Amino acid sequence: MDFNFTEEQDMVRDGLSRLVRELYDWETRRKAIESEAGWRPEIWAQLAELGILGMPFSEEVGGFGGGAIDRMIVMEEFGKGLVVEPFVPTVVCAGGFLKHAGSEAQREEHLSAIIDGSRVFAFAYAEPRGRYDYADLETTAKKDSDGYVLNGHKAVVIGAPWASHLVVTARTGGDRRDREGVSVFIVDKSADGIVTRDYETVDGRRASEVYFENVSVPADALIGEEGAALPLIEQVTDEAIAAHCAEACGAMKVAHAMTLEYSKQRKQFGVPIGKFQVLQHRMVDMYTAYETAVSLTYLATIKLDAGEKERKRAASSAKVGVGQSARFIGQEAVQIHGGNGVTDEYAIGHYFKRLTIFENEFGNVDHHLKRHVSLA
Amino acid sequence: MNLDFTPEEQAFREEVRAFIEENYPKHLGDVGLREDLSREDFLAWHKILGEKGWSVPAWPEQYGGTGWTPTQRYIWSEENARVNAVMPLPFGVSMVGPVIYTFGNEEQKARHLPGIRSGEVWWCQGYSEPGAGSDLASLKTTAVRDGDHYVINGQKTWTTLAQYADWGFFLCRTDTDAAKPQEGISFILVDMKSPGVEVKPIKLLDGGYEVNETWLTDVRVPVENLVGEENKGWTYAKFLLAHERSGIAGVARSKRGVEKLREIAANETLDGAPLIEDMDFARKVSQLEIDLAALEITELRTLAGEQAGKGPGPESSILKIKGTEIQQRLTELTLEAVGSYAAPYYHSVANDDGSNEYPVGPDYSAHAAETYFNMRKTSIYGGSNEIQRNIISKMILGL
Ligand SMILES: Cc1cc2nc3c(=O)[nH]c(=O)nc-3n(C[C@H](O)[C@H](O)[C@H](O)COP(=O)(O)OP(=O)(O)OC[C@H]3O[C@@H](n4cnc5c(N)ncnc54)[C@H](O)[C@@H]3O)c2cc1C
Ligand SMILES: Cc1cc2nc3c(=O)[nH]c(=O)nc-3n(C[C@H](O)[C@H](O)[C@H](O)COP(=O)(O)OP(=O)(O)OC[C@H]3O[C@@H](n4cnc5c(N)ncnc54)[C@H](O)[C@@H]3O)c2cc1C
Repeated sequence: MDFNFTEEQDMVRDGLSRLVRELYDWETRRKAIESEAGWRPEIWAQLAELGILGMPFSEEVGGFGGGAIDRMIVMEEFGKGLVVEPFVPTVVCAGGFLKHAGSEAQREEHLSAIIDGSRVFAFAYAEPRGRYDYADLETTAKKDSDGYVLNGHKAVVIGAPWASHLVVTARTGGDRRDREGVSVFIVDKSADGIVTRDYETVDGRRASEVYFENVSVPADALIGEEGAALPLIEQVTDEAIAAHCAEACGAMKVAHAMTLEYSKQRKQFGVPIGKFQVLQHRMVDMYTAYETAVSLTYLATIKLDAGEKERKRAASSAKVGVGQSARFIGQEAVQIHGGNGVTDEYAIGHYFKRLTIFENEFGNVDHHLKRHVSLA
Repeated sequence: MNLDFTPEEQAFREEVRAFIEENYPKHLGDVGLREDLSREDFLAWHKILGEKGWSVPAWPEQYGGTGWTPTQRYIWSEENARVNAVMPLPFGVSMVGPVIYTFGNEEQKARHLPGIRSGEVWWCQGYSEPGAGSDLASLKTTAVRDGDHYVINGQKTWTTLAQYADWGFFLCRTDTDAAKPQEGISFILVDMKSPGVEVKPIKLLDGGYEVNETWLTDVRVPVENLVGEENKGWTYAKFLLAHERSGIAGVARSKRGVEKLREIAANETLDGAPLIEDMDFARKVSQLEIDLAALEITELRTLAGEQAGKGPGPESSILKIKGTEIQQRLTELTLEAVGSYAAPYYHSVANDDGSNEYPVGPDYSAHAAETYFNMRKTSIYGGSNEIQRNIISKMILGL
């Protein structure tokens, strides 16, 4: 058993940590997320240059042959700075689909563009009424002579305003909510018939409602086998879950540290509020919750390549435990900051908001508790 | 023991319901727990109630109160909550009003009470300062006597809706040498249009602007704006805090919130069935209803005590703690119920084509996240829940 990181991993962490500290100071971040674009393509380019975007891909396709642990390290640093750039949709999701199921030609076309930062992806899987069920799809892909025709509406597609391409799930057969008949496509966002409505999200990112109206895509837009994509989607989303959990751990770590620091500075009744035992115990509970979250994130990350059931159980465990910790730490951090905690000016509220939305991504606590039960 | 309302109370409920149905401004609609309202929106119902003589139900009749029993007032708040009415703000009605009619002189009563009743004068509360929150007595803003004026200097913060205020009631230090921090504080009424008063908005994390920093620089206030005695302001401040009890638990509003939550959960689907039929979710809603039922009875027991002549005690801290916890839990569950559509930021999607329609997701999702973020304030303000627990442990448990 070994919970240590390699020298290389420590180097990646240190480098990224410095980058986030320097480029993601609070004011600069605020300006960036309030700007028209809402993100910073130049940071994306820098991440590409540092090899971060190519990290999980094999050396043959131009990547760095890193693994799940490396991704965890990266995401934790992103979480500390509340980085908004779309690493999960592009590298973890689109990259994951290509890595696991992409054809030679698809990898050739897309992977190098992901690695050099020239292509950005969003993962369009959720629908207005599907909740957290990837098979509950109203979006259809009908086969025609040249390929497929897509119709449907994808909801809250994170990062879509920045994306050049979309990974889209759609039904090619079967009935709504069947496990069979689900397929995955890569679609150029500028294709005819795609209409988007872009907006900000409460946690400082950008998203879109994406509408497909008779969008024709070529046959080679299909990734993997037609109608059999559900297991693939589950594999990739479990990877996304592990990554998001690591991000949440980074955010929780900072939220906890900020709260400790604040409680030592802020004086009421002539003493720092950190001297009140009731707050001390709660900060201890926050710390324990954080450590629990880190352990479950390790578990989910380490089990990504295990058998299907083990992998799913670990990912769901993480989503439940990290979700609970995220809510607890977010709420307590705000409470201990008093009035300042609910202002837009103080960073703590923004950590709280990110941790709140994190809970919903790829299934909430209830959903994953159920999945865990079903895998008993 | 009897939990039923008397026939007279039932009749009163009918009367109230009919009045609300006929007179509540329809355009305000069902605003929910929070929405960006204009000054006019805030005051619309207040003004109508002022004409009817129902704007300050709890005041003594000689000052325009209704003479309603605590139970009637409870029914009144329940009926308003049914339509999610925008109620008169507490700063005039439940805070400074009672201080003025209890401790103010005749001139002050004549000058200020009518505007509070009618809803024409907007009041704000200037207690908290950057360094004085939970420890309110450590406030630093000074009022120095200069002839027949006080000259006020200092900074207040968290002044709710001061951007609309005509008048404010401020706690200021008039004796900097007092032996204890609670002494030497005075309760002073300030015309917010006075030179030297500056109000700067604070953006909260839900994106809204409901609080302000208030700067007072050499603000000259006539001495007749002092309420009661100089240096005795702490007594009035505490009276005010204890007085603000009706509605503190927010039971009626939360009941309406639970109804709404059930509507949302009936419309949302999980595994192809309505979310409300999901046992895990349904259990949470039931738990909330049980907690709310307990809170309601606790509040009614307190009211009964009041009706029997027992003054408000530290038990009201229980109402504050449980009431705010339930409000927060309710907004948490609502957030859970709307799922992915909690994420869009309302301010970035609403009205950019000039319409009022919410274009992303179902209508009820529009404010779910913002309301949840906003409601974190309830366990912080009005004496944080930690402070309420300190009060119970000292005053009730004797620790
Ligand atoms: C089943 C059992 C087996 C045991 N076995 C052994 C044994 O083999 N050998 C042995 O030597 N002892 C043993 N103990 C004794 C045990 O270590 C003591 O019970 C323990 O240290 C608590 O002391 P106390 O019971 O005097 O409680 P107290 O110290 O009086 O504490 C009472 C309460 O006050 C709280 N409290 C105390 N100080 C603080 C503080 N500073 N801040 C906040 N809260 C505080 C405590 O947490 C507790 O809730 C055993 C006890 C039990 C119940
Ligand atoms: C939305 C909003 C509206 C408000 N409106 C008004 C208004 O209109 N007018 C006005 O005057 N004020 C207003 N306030 C101010 C409000 O009353 C204060 O925020 C509140 O009293 C807490 O003070 P603080 O924010 O300085 O927190 P602090 O006092 O700094 O508290 C920070 C944390 O420490 C805890 N703490 C402090 N002391 C103790 C203790 N002894 N034991 C245990 N824990 C402790 C607190 O509970 C809190 O969790 C408003 C606040 C908010 C957030």
